[in-house]
Amino acid sequence: MSSRPELQAPPEIFYDDVEARKYTSSSRIIEIQANLSERALELLALPDDGVPRLLLDIGCGSGLSGETLSENGHQWVGLDISQSMLDIALEREVEGDLLLGDMGQGLGLRPGVIDGAISISAVQWLCNADKSCHVPKLRLKAFFGSLYRCLARGGRAVLQVYPENIQQRELILRSAMHVGFSGGVVVDYPHSSKKRKEYLVLTCGPPSVSTSVPTGKGEDGESSSDDESSGDEENQTVCISDRHRPKKKQKITKKGRGRDWVLKKKEQRRRRGDDVPPDTKYTARKRKARF
Amino acid sequence: MRLLTHNMLSSNIKGVSNGFPLRIEVGKVVEKQVDFNADFLRNMFPKIEWKAFVDAAKTVGYAELPEEVDSSALESEEFLNKFHHALLELHLEEGALVCPETGRRFPVSKGIPNMLLHEDEV
Repeated sequence: MSSRPELQAPPEIFYDDVEARKYTSSSRIIEIQANLSERALELLALPDDGVPRLLLDIGCGSGLSGETLSENGHQWVGLDISQSMLDIALEREVEGDLLLGDMGQGLGLRPGVIDGAISISAVQWLCNADKSCHVPKLRLKAFFGSLYRCLARGGRAVLQVYPENIQQRELILRSAMHVGFSGGVVVDYPHSSKKRKEYLVLTCGPPSVSTSVPTGKGEDGESSSDDESSGDEENQTVCISDRHRPKKKQKITKKGRGRDWVLKKKEQRRRRGDDVPPDTKYTARKRKARF
Repeated sequence: MRLLTHNMLSSNIKGVSNGFPLRIEVGKVVEKQVDFNADFLRNMFPKIEWKAFVDAAKTVGYAELPEEVDSSALESEEFLNKFHHALLELHLEEGALVCPETGRRFPVSKGIPNMLLHEDEV
């Protein structure tokens, strides 16, 4: 991607009438948006009992993603900062309710009322400071904090994002974890530069039994929970058997930092949602002398 | 904006401790037909602040809701129909929402409330 819209202008100005019009005229944009929202709804994993839910669409724009929600029978409330985009949504006669608002100012919603939230290509806008009063970190915190509050217990939020670089992804993910969400990043088509899509899948409240880490320090990627718990146990046994030794001696050996350190670092990166190879008996093992 | 959304919205201004419910100033109210779905209503019912909901419905000119209900009312078809009508079919098209604590007006135009805050309110 040569030019990112985030770098050109603030969202309320970038999405003017001309840009908004594209969202009704370009069949390519419409198709991409529909696919993304379809996938987001799938990741939302709402109980399959046919009961319509009240969902939140953050950065709903012209309501393309909302249409997918309506097709699946759900009621939704959409929030966007661009008046032009909302006008297009009105023109398309979407079924959900629309709000003109800035997610970085927090969502003004009552606690615990929303069953699930989706967001298509919106949250990365929060990483930019478009006004002197904008501090990305605080805006992300306000957004995730209010999202966490308004979601019902166990509710999920699926946010499709285009982070500009690893730092941005980390910033977003860390802000989410900081307010209490558990979950991680799901990457579709990781090897294709065009089709690659990242979804933040966040669950409100403590992680469920299947994904939880016994020590209760919280948030981990879903796929790697098994490795992590075994890694934790090992750490613990080491600690207990050597408990009378001063801590520093344990860590600094002649040969560098050792297996514990590597495991700790790997776990940290896993929590951030990075791709980390599983822990095996070969992890951090010393090479033979002939190398 | 439907009353469903009104019942979820609260004022988000910095320093406001109880921004719910927003008072409605009515400019224009329209009715739009929506498919009836009892499951959705039953699912939503525990989440609705009933008193605020009844008051809001009265403000937009629908006074047929009972003042107090418990979940047993959900068995009654008649109640569900009224609930459905008030919750999903009444739209506030023009008017304003007013923060109960600070009196700040959030204008509603073409059915979209403008909830954008000024810099000093964040």
